[in-house]
Amino acid sequence: MTRAPALAGGLKAWLGQWLAVTLLLVAAAHSAAFAQTFPKLTGRVVDNANLLDPAQEASLTAKLEALEKQSTRQLVVVTLPDLQGYEIEEYGYQLGRKWGIGQAEKGSLEKDNGALLIVAPNERKVRIEVGYGLEGVLTDALSSVIIQQDILPRFRDKDMPGGIAAGTDAIITQLTLPEEEARAYAAKVEEESRKADDGDGIGLFIFWLIIIFFFFVIPMIHAARSKGRPYRSSGIGGITTWGASSGSSWGGSSGSSWGGGGGFGGGGGSFGGGGSSGGW
Amino acid sequence: MRITRYALPLVAALSLTACGINSVPTAEENAKAKWADVENQYQRRADLVPNLVSTVKAGAASEEKILTQVTEARAKATAINITTEDLSDPETFEKFSQAQNQLTQALGQLRTVVEAYPQLQSQQNFTTLMSQLEGTENRISVARRDYNEAVREYNTTIRTFPDSIGANLIHGAKPMVPFKATTAGAEEAPKVDFGQ
Repeated sequence: MTRAPALAGGLKAWLGQWLAVTLLLVAAAHSAAFAQTFPKLTGRVVDNANLLDPAQEASLTAKLEALEKQSTRQLVVVTLPDLQGYEIEEYGYQLGRKWGIGQAEKGSLEKDNGALLIVAPNERKVRIEVGYGLEGVLTDALSSVIIQQDILPRFRDKDMPGGIAAGTDAIITQLTLPEEEARAYAAKVEEESRKADDGDGIGLFIFWLIIIFFFFVIPMIHAARSKGRPYRSSGIGGITTWGASSGSSWGGSSGSSWGGGGGFGGGGGSFGGGGSSGGW
Repeated sequence: MRITRYALPLVAALSLTACGINSVPTAEENAKAKWADVENQYQRRADLVPNLVSTVKAGAASEEKILTQVTEARAKATAINITTEDLSDPETFEKFSQAQNQLTQALGQLRTVVEAYPQLQSQQNFTTLMSQLEGTENRISVARRDYNEAVREYNTTIRTFPDSIGANLIHGAKPMVPFKATTAGAEEAPKVDFGQ
């Protein structure tokens, strides 16, 4: 009679110990697997290398917030004091996955639509890391052009905040374009470079006029008629190739969940190494 | 009696799920999906190569040798078709992986060679292609790593108790082959020469 409780107590203690050891082991295994440490996602601008003053940071944050409000797309600017010996390409996609920038699979919403602008001033490296869902819009070639034309010239002149702001603006411009237009522009950058040697300036000019007319003017008229739905696929004859499925699928998205401006978190998007890097 | 009637199927179902009935195919499908990513990215690279070759040919015609090498390596790499069945066949997998690595190396050489041609570097066409190629190579390495991770999980699942029971008895699961380090000698630590 007296032994039974003692036995039960011993068993309990043993179980408790066993559980504690197992938990410890599991924790150790986890920390070994993720030995690489990542900075905390403290906001839309994570300035760990201290390149920006508070005012610049605030203005960037406001722009990035507006971007997400409009399109659900998440762009995060991050500056890093060091890359812990990793290549920026290797570091970048893992950081994006760890933070889960971009939206996760949620009904018909655009998925994995996140991007990072990563600046590592000590390694003198910059990278635009593009989530799976944006690879067609923010292509490698376009990312490269943004880095080469908007960011690196300013970085070379030691204007780090200017380069970051210019790069962010360029990315935001591309990400806020309606789907068809954005894809057309991305294709254009590639096409243009293919034809650049021929130097047919007038043809290019006319092409642009047509593009502007079809993608800007007509949608503007449409938008003016049906107010408040700037993202709706405009469906002009012949140019609905991508618009039909992708354009309309996320046209109806209502306000995003992090629009409030307080805490910011990734939506659970994923990355697969899209984008481009540069050094100065 | 009543309790056993309800409990028995439950226990049976639980023991079945614990035996890898579900976890083995899940891990397998995951690895196969990751493999599809790898294949896509390799395909994408193969699609880029002809364009790159013709651009370089226009700007650096004297580099015939390396261009032929790249073209040949591409032909070899695209000639090897690998099905998901082959993923557990080390030999076929090795062939595929080697052919792709050769193309990687040839493209790397081409990249070094063209550095001597500033007029090529200044062409937007060329820089665009290069940025696409770099992006693709980067995606390939990400896809390869994801695949390796999925294979590691799958192989662990089919080899460890209790999933191994179902893996052996029901699925007849064979381990899949992961990629090895890309460059020859990557496993060796680099020799440091202090100039003596």
